[in-house]
Amino acid sequence: MREITYEQAATEAILEEFRRDPRTVHLATDPIPELEQEFGPERIRVTPIAENSFVGAAIGLAGSGFRTVANLRMATFGFVAMDQFMNHAAKITYMFGGQAKFPILYRMTVGAGISAAAEHSVTPYPMYMNAPGLKVILPATPYDVKGLFKTALRDNNPVVSFEHVALAELKGEVPEEEYFIPFGQAAVRREGTDVTVVALAKMVHESLAAADELAAEGISLEVIDPRTLVPLDRTTIFESLRKTGRLVVVDEACQTCGAAAEIVALVTSDPETFAALKSAPARVCGLDVPIPFSPPMENYAIPNKAKIVAAVRTAMG
Amino acid sequence: MDAQTQIELFTTMLTIRRFEERVAAEFYAGNIFGFIHSYIGQEAIATGVCRHLTTEDRIVSHHRGHGHCIAKGADMKRMMAEILGKKTGYCKGKGGSMHIADFSIGMLGADGIVGAGLPIATGAALAAKLEGKRNVAAVFFGDGACQEGEFHEALNLAAIWKLPLLFVCENNHYGVNTPASYSLAAGEITRMPAAYHIPNKAVHGNDVETVHEAAEEAIGLLRQGEGPYFLECETYRWHKHYLSDVLVDLRPPEELESWANKCPVAAFQAKLLRENVLTRADLERIDQEILGKVEEAYRYGLESPYPEPEDALEDVYSS
Repeated sequence: MREITYEQAATEAILEEFRRDPRTVHLATDPIPELEQEFGPERIRVTPIAENSFVGAAIGLAGSGFRTVANLRMATFGFVAMDQFMNHAAKITYMFGGQAKFPILYRMTVGAGISAAAEHSVTPYPMYMNAPGLKVILPATPYDVKGLFKTALRDNNPVVSFEHVALAELKGEVPEEEYFIPFGQAAVRREGTDVTVVALAKMVHESLAAADELAAEGISLEVIDPRTLVPLDRTTIFESLRKTGRLVVVDEACQTCGAAAEIVALVTSDPETFAALKSAPARVCGLDVPIPFSPPMENYAIPNKAKIVAAVRTAMG
Repeated sequence: MDAQTQIELFTTMLTIRRFEERVAAEFYAGNIFGFIHSYIGQEAIATGVCRHLTTEDRIVSHHRGHGHCIAKGADMKRMMAEILGKKTGYCKGKGGSMHIADFSIGMLGADGIVGAGLPIATGAALAAKLEGKRNVAAVFFGDGACQEGEFHEALNLAAIWKLPLLFVCENNHYGVNTPASYSLAAGEITRMPAAYHIPNKAVHGNDVETVHEAAEEAIGLLRQGEGPYFLECETYRWHKHYLSDVLVDLRPPEELESWANKCPVAAFQAKLLRENVLTRADLERIDQEILGKVEEAYRYGLESPYPEPEDALEDVYSS
């Protein structure tokens, strides 16, 4: 099968859906050249550096029957548009009693590891998970970003896609044929029997590397990538835990009130899954600090293979 | 202006007035809960602007939004039901007074965050531009919104994209109790759209014919694809920021009185009588018809069922 990059796969999904539906608009400060060439400047619009206005414009377009992709580039710029995200995008379907549909795909990158310092290394999807009305997707591979985008571009709700900054150039197999990945369906990246590792975004790849290392020691990891956080596929996680009895959740976001905390809470409040636990669930998350600039400190602040391996060993007892 | 248009404008203004009077009466009688931002005093603006809009033209309103709904053609029964939190309301009781919308007539909703409707309206205007049917969008906001960053972002965006967006600033001079003369360094509000090269005009917002005429010119330009237009309408709200027994009103009493003497409804009524467009008997008949409709709307709301508690779980997402 052909291999393309994560970013190419994302663009391909948008190209296909924009060809299918002429009532589509792309908003970004720096548009994707292929889109601009094919669809022209009326639909592929260059925005000023004014996130609140174009995050809000996407809502007005949606309420007027258009589907929008709004690319904010980095999640740190999403904070600038928090009024439109939290007060409007998340609530507008509900507040108006479901009279209108708001089909929007918001894109932004997350993550640290590129010496971008505190502001440009944020991983804030837990905030968006806490805003009912938004769907939250977290594609971790080229195959997934295309399949999830195809689904997002047919969904009738505001969908926020968080894409780890380190994944853009990642290559992977992507079929030529059209396919969709439904929301709320986790991927079991590796089957195993001893410990369930639920990993998010780039940490999927770190966890698979940890699984390789631990396999040599005879410890078998089952690595689960939820792929979408809202909706979240809890069934796949519960079923895995009833088999392994041990849970490690790996997420680059700060530990406090994060997706990892939610996953641990869901597991421990499900009586059958809780009863199957053999060890205390563990979180391997970003430390509760702003991401520092200098590499020794930055690497210390975010999870990596070694930290995952250590947490798994502790879970094994 | 022809007599028929005058009568229609007057009827719309009086409808808003009577609707708002009833809402206030029921609020102070303890029959309505939540936040009610009364539009009384500002009726000429929604009326004069919306007269030029069709259901294909889209508007975005603000927290003081009942007048815009009525002027755009919303059903008062469903409005009242929404204000009363009933299942038959426009938003099934999920929005209330501050969030009435009717997408079927191009009323994209009242928005409770000052200034936040402006970016949303740029999207509605972009949709109109892309549709290419000479439709337009209008956004209503106050002097308070002009203090928000989103206001400036929306002006800039509308200007560089030449969007068919009518900015309607309802300058009622206060954000709650803080005067715009303190809050706005620009002084004259129209200096701000002027800085973005947006054609603009400031008019007396309590004179419905003046608003109507200015909006006609502005919307005509929008339909020709000339880009956005900014209309500032000077006005005054009669009630406190929201209806309340406890909220203080720090505005000078003599100022309230002077604006009460510039009542948009009474002034236009006097003119129509003076010019023999309407007789006293006509006025009485129109008023009674309106009061009947308001009564019908309130009864409808009152007699409609409340939502079931678990209806709270519906409409978080669209299918």
